Amino acid sequence: MLKLKLLKLAVFLAALIPLARLGWKAYQHMLGANPIEVITHSTGDWTLIFLMLTLGITPLRKLTGQHWLIRFRRMTGLFAFFYASLHFTTYIFLDKFFDVNEMLKDIAKRKFITVGFTAFVLLIPLAVTSTQGMIRRLGKRWQMLHRLIYISATAGVVHYWWLVKADVRKPQYYALALTLLLGYRLLAAQRKKAAPARLAAQSRAQAATGA
Amino acid sequence: MLIKKTADIRSSQVTSKSLYLDRRKFLAGAATLAGAVAVGGVACVSAAAPEPTQGGQKLPGVVKGQFNTDEKQTPYKDITNYNNFYEFATDKYEPAALAKSLRTRPWTVKVEGMVQKPKTYDIDSLLKLATLEERVYRHRCVEGWSMVIPWVGYSFSKLISQVQPLGSAKYVEFTTLNDPAQMPGVRYRVLDWPYTEGLRLDEANHPLALLTFGLYGEVLPNQDGAPVRIVLPWKYGFKSCKSIVRIRFMDKEPATAWNKAAPNEYGFYSNVNPNVDHPRWSQAKERRIGEFFKRPTLMFNGYRDQVASMYAGMDLKKYY
Repeated sequence: MLKLKLLKLAVFLAALIPLARLGWKAYQHMLGANPIEVITHSTGDWTLIFLMLTLGITPLRKLTGQHWLIRFRRMTGLFAFFYASLHFTTYIFLDKFFDVNEMLKDIAKRKFITVGFTAFVLLIPLAVTSTQGMIRRLGKRWQMLHRLIYISATAGVVHYWWLVKADVRKPQYYALALTLLLGYRLLAAQRKKAAPARLAAQSRAQAATGA
Repeated sequence: MLIKKTADIRSSQVTSKSLYLDRRKFLAGAATLAGAVAVGGVACVSAAAPEPTQGGQKLPGVVKGQFNTDEKQTPYKDITNYNNFYEFATDKYEPAALAKSLRTRPWTVKVEGMVQKPKTYDIDSLLKLATLEERVYRHRCVEGWSMVIPWVGYSFSKLISQVQPLGSAKYVEFTTLNDPAQMPGVRYRVLDWPYTEGLRLDEANHPLALLTFGLYGEVLPNQDGAPVRIVLPWKYGFKSCKSIVRIRFMDKEPATAWNKAAPNEYGFYSNVNPNVDHPRWSQAKERRIGEFFKRPTLMFNGYRDQVASMYAGMDLKKYY
């Protein structure tokens, strides 16, 4: 139990490193010619990385049998939301200077902003309902609700893809990771559906042979 | 015995490049004056000096040119470390290191097509074709950032008059070097290499169009388009073709690299225009490198008085 607590603390601190690194570089004037662009790109990148990590926990847990991994899913998910919030704040503050009108026009008009904004908004209910109490209260509906992460992560990757001018290599890596993570779930769901039928067939066969 | 510790010098206390260059300009001015005093008889020392060929070496004989803005110049460090030069990398911070592999000597520029006198110019003879001028221009990237850069070069029209275009020539095409051995970026087909750009002949003949060999009084660093590039301050930066190996005069509008990649986003003209948005972002404002707040983008990047007449009667929303 103590070991898990310590590990959780370590992961928590590690997840803050990207932010600390940005802060330190900004303080040292090491963010280059266009610091705001660097901050925007970095917080966006880390949002996607934490979304992928969060989606990776269940497959990893099932494939390895290391079920304690589930204990980290809320934290990585909340860090995805944390970096998404920073990314969004950078946009409304340093790009739009809190000009709400400008921002709404942007969201309506530019499809890469529309999907990016959608990705962010979909994360809000997930963050809000991430507490123990909410999980209990929502019961089965909690799991349904939290499937929104599939849409949010997809929208996030599309946002990145639509933003780049020509070199889509990096968005492609995210798309590949996302395809694998969601693909695994599809396969797992299909096998689960097939499993009871297979069992039934087996028992029928057994009955027929009189065993 | 008392041993004095040498004082630590913070980088902020070191003379900035611009001040340093002002000192050089002062010295150069003094040298010119001395030369004028000593005119007749005394051999010019600089004649024996080696040709400046590498980024950072001082270009001799640079005079102050026209069209200069007195806005604050972007630091040398930023101009040379934040470069869109996809032949090296699509990340803007990488060309500074990766472009070291570019060899700028020997270098030739083939001028061909619909001209009376096609010629292949050696870079060193091209450098001496006309007096080098310093032109402090605004530079606006299509991505929404801008700089103020003291370029060194001469009007491209000087070269045009040398090769004498035929009456049928209506357009000019520029081509960037495409050598995977020197340019790691062209190994990936991010764009349809080689990079090509183009102008209408009247645009190319406009005195603002600068055939550029240097910046801050020195030879162009490789990442900024050495050894020779074009600079078109009223157009988005990507129109200003770098590391040019070929200039072709044509009767048809040349295909251009970004237009081929995304025709609805990057038009042939690509004049800086705050009223015509890029399909994916607004062009109304820009962030000047080094500034926190955004500033409004000016029509034709502030060169309206000089260039607007060339586009009279054209629908700039259609010919973006």
